[in-house]
Amino acid sequence: MTSLSPVSPDPSTPAATPPESAPVRDRPLSRRNLAKTVAGGYLPLLIATLVVFLPLLWMVLSSFKQAGEIVTTDLKIFPESLNLENYRTAMTTVPFGQFFLNSTIVTLAGATIKVILAILTAYALVFVRFPFRNFIFLLILVALMVPPQVSILPNFILIAGMGGKNTLWGIILPGLGTAFGTFLLRQHFRTLPGSILESAEMDGAGHWRRLWQIVVPVSVPSIATVALVTIVTEWNDYIWPLIITDRPETMTLPVGLTLLQNSESNAAGWGVLMAGAVLVIVPILIVFAALQRYIVAGLTQGSVTG
Amino acid sequence: MTRQLAPQPPAKTNRSPGQSGKVPRRRWTARSRRDFFVFLAMALPNLVLIAVFTYRPLFSNVYYSTLDWTLGSPTATVVGLGNYVTFFSSNDAPKVLGTTAVFTVVTVGGSMLLGLLVALALNAKVRGTTFARSAVFAPYVLSGVGVGLVWLFIFDPGYGVLAWLLRGIGHQSPQWINDPQLSLVMVILVYVWKNLGYCAVVYLAGLQSLPQEVMEAASLDGANGFRRFTSISLPLLSPTTFFLLITTLLSSLQAFDLIRIMTPLGTGTSTLIYEAYLQAFGAYNRAGYSAAISVVLFAILLVITVLQLRFVERKVHYS
Repeated sequence: MTSLSPVSPDPSTPAATPPESAPVRDRPLSRRNLAKTVAGGYLPLLIATLVVFLPLLWMVLSSFKQAGEIVTTDLKIFPESLNLENYRTAMTTVPFGQFFLNSTIVTLAGATIKVILAILTAYALVFVRFPFRNFIFLLILVALMVPPQVSILPNFILIAGMGGKNTLWGIILPGLGTAFGTFLLRQHFRTLPGSILESAEMDGAGHWRRLWQIVVPVSVPSIATVALVTIVTEWNDYIWPLIITDRPETMTLPVGLTLLQNSESNAAGWGVLMAGAVLVIVPILIVFAALQRYIVAGLTQGSVTG
Repeated sequence: MTRQLAPQPPAKTNRSPGQSGKVPRRRWTARSRRDFFVFLAMALPNLVLIAVFTYRPLFSNVYYSTLDWTLGSPTATVVGLGNYVTFFSSNDAPKVLGTTAVFTVVTVGGSMLLGLLVALALNAKVRGTTFARSAVFAPYVLSGVGVGLVWLFIFDPGYGVLAWLLRGIGHQSPQWINDPQLSLVMVILVYVWKNLGYCAVVYLAGLQSLPQEVMEAASLDGANGFRRFTSISLPLLSPTTFFLLITTLLSSLQAFDLIRIMTPLGTGTSTLIYEAYLQAFGAYNRAGYSAAISVVLFAILLVITVLQLRFVERKVHYS
């Protein structure tokens, strides 16, 4: 790893002056200093941001383009008008409204149940006496490491046997057990001072009241983190809904997008597909933009999967 | 920010508030009886769900893998290790394992290396780093299906942006999707694009927790930026690097969405997880064979997890 250069991808910055530690010796606004700040500080940031945003911007722009604007050898960057035709086509080729509704139900129901189960389990693991409590926690930790992908075939056989194929409960049920949320909340609950709970216990408050009146209200940020990460993963979840549904009535958005992809397979369909992609991506992008602090913290905090 | 690769096993000395009562532990008192049932009422639903949908499949897979069984068929023949023998003695094993190895090594290496570079850029003392940090992280939370479609359009040999750029410098766009090698390159590129923000944010947290005094001392001793980076920052970042290595390794081995949407037939991109999917839910419905591949994948994931736990115990310290 010694060949690593600390500089940005920008080749004009010499390797010997990394941006983060260049000592300031010139006047703050001297031309040399300004150039250095731009090259070493802003340019890499700008490049990184553009690499992320340009494809997404391209998606949005293309979703307004007519087939004739896409099937052409000379590239047009901006659409001729904010034409919603592609969105209309996407909605009528496949029942996109139904997909949207299904995704919303699956996400909200799934996330709500998961968060409640995580709160209850984490509380029990931290505050309620039980034999082998630590062993149970260990089993939850191991479950965190088991990827859902290796479970799809046995779960498909079980759920299909129960008649859950092409049902919303069939989509929701297998994902309800939550190792991730339980783990994160348990780690948080352990940091709560025991004294506040003891005094509540003195006052005769049972576990139920202690949980909802003390533990939950002081843990709102952690619970929000778990909730948001769960919402994002449920919304994007693909492999399981793909397998358990094959009729449009119960498909979620990502699966519906696959259906749209199959029916819009010629080059003229790109605009319609981009409209579909916008409908899948933008809701999460908005949630992320508004609450990114919690989401980033939750996703980078010591867990492998959502 | 606290990061833990392997959450430590619960320390014996750390007694939670619930345990601090003076009731003798062994006796089956009214209180402990009540606690027993409260625990079950609170934790059992979740534990049962985890047992049924996470643990049970591991054993079911091992069982299914011993069957010659067409998915949906009422009958199956026991073939013992036959499916494993078929897998490892056919062309499938070198092809699938090779694709998995290339995909995993390149995506892990690529997203960690680029993630580190982006983290260094984000660590610059200029305005706008908070916004850039969020922007770079964003693809990580977006639907793989949506993202895959957007990039598929960009890579389109006829009307994609990339084809247009290549034409600009006098080249024909290659057939990204039909060529097995190029399709793997394409999926790897998009996977790295989607995941490097995760590495960048984790590396950034690592960089920001480096002791400033050491850096300043090295600076006074005349070490230049590059030197400071290679001899101080990088070694001190080794726990972060290790954490990322394991987490990205595990998630790369499970990558599905992008492969499914960009190369539905798995031409050149059939990794273990995708081959297991194709065998069971593609054209063949070979449930037993698919289960055997899942077991192989799980064995690999298990080895990584165990290695990680052992290594973490000995070497890596988190404050």
